Amino acid sequence: MSVRLGLMALLAEGDSYGARLRADFEARTGGTWPLNVGQVYTTLDRLVRDGLVEQAGEADDEGRIPYRLTDPGRAELGVWWTTPVDRSSTPRDELAIKLALAVTAPGVDVRTVVQDQRTSTLRHLRDLTRLKRDALARAEGSGERTTDGDGQPAEQGLAWLLVLENLVFAAEAEARWLDHVESTLARHVALGRPRPPAGPPQRTTPTADAASAHLEGNR
Amino acid sequence: MTDTTAHVVLRDVVRVHGDGPTAVRALDGVSLEIHPGELVAVMGPSGSGKSTLLNVAGGLDRPTSGSVTIGDQDLTTLDARALAKLRRRRMGFVFQDYNLIPSLTAAENVALPLELDGTRARLARRAARHTLDLMGLMDLSDRYPDQMSGGQQQRVAIARALVGTRRFVLADEPTGALDSHTGEEVLRVLRERCDDGVAGLLVTHEARHAAWADRVVFLRDGKVVDSTGGPDRAEDLLASGTV
Repeated sequence: MSVRLGLMALLAEGDSYGARLRADFEARTGGTWPLNVGQVYTTLDRLVRDGLVEQAGEADDEGRIPYRLTDPGRAELGVWWTTPVDRSSTPRDELAIKLALAVTAPGVDVRTVVQDQRTSTLRHLRDLTRLKRDALARAEGSGERTTDGDGQPAEQGLAWLLVLENLVFAAEAEARWLDHVESTLARHVALGRPRPPAGPPQRTTPTADAASAHLEGNR
Repeated sequence: MTDTTAHVVLRDVVRVHGDGPTAVRALDGVSLEIHPGELVAVMGPSGSGKSTLLNVAGGLDRPTSGSVTIGDQDLTTLDARALAKLRRRRMGFVFQDYNLIPSLTAAENVALPLELDGTRARLARRAARHTLDLMGLMDLSDRYPDQMSGGQQQRVAIARALVGTRRFVLADEPTGALDSHTGEEVLRVLRERCDDGVAGLLVTHEARHAAWADRVVFLRDGKVVDSTGGPDRAEDLLASGTV
């Protein structure tokens, strides 16, 4: 996700300057993607260079320069809102790569790798759920008011909840995939296709099963 | 004096079904502790022993060896009558299909375990209303099961499981018949009861639902193979950049 489009989305709501854009970006995404102010100014410079954003006036007494979205910027943002995020270029997933390699690596107990990972994933999921419970409780506490107990607009609480749920679903999917990997491995062993024994490294060609486990992991 | 807390301890529990060469070790040396105020989730593939564990912990089934204690009472030393009494007074069960009696209102359903235990109807109803009130379900008290949604019925079932002196709730896939949001509502109710001091054992195959527990125990072939430890601090979670 580009910080670039995130900043443009904020500028579409009104002129703003770097430090405020940074604060708004973090608040709107529940602090999930912290930005440093240098990153914000570098991005603004590029947006100005590309004609998508322009200065909206002179620097104020504190040296803050206001920025506004240009018409081409507004058009590009419009395309972003109406175009699905491209999932076809799958980013490298360290866990999928690790397990795909563990399947064929001599001396690696892949079941232990899976179990340890699942424990970690379930803990992560539980901790996310705890944050979600807190967010839900705050959302209920804020009721019909426009701000919650921390003075946050209710919409920001909703944004945080949605971000958290995204992470919850991702962790759940990972746990389910790990279950699947485990049962696939068990089936593989039951069919009498044991993994290579522990021993010195040897040249091996990844098996079709390893490849398919990898591919399924990247569904 | 009888210990009325629900400190549940399973120690080296083995449960063998059948005998001879076809014997199946449904539980194979399981040790587990559930403190008052703690919700423990049990996960694992089909046939891993989840339901057997729940049944043994709840005194519905007896272990072949090992011990199960609730408070100061060892379930394995009790005869059937004493065990039934303990179940009526100390623990409640929640199942996937609610199991409310259709011809009784929510309050009557919740009062039922107390009445079966010999409490006078008026007192039992009063206790039922108290529990429903505690759980924010008073507006359902006069409704019959067919006048309630699945989620509402399941919340009433949790109230029934915890009416009176019961402080140990055992839930077997309680969200299995519910949609995602309603399922979460039910888990919140369960979680709140545990936050108030109840001990809970939740069997589920959904990691997202198990995540409402303090701890997740993973079973395979009757053995505990994974167990999540204590929680990470939320601040650490945020600072690590994983969220």
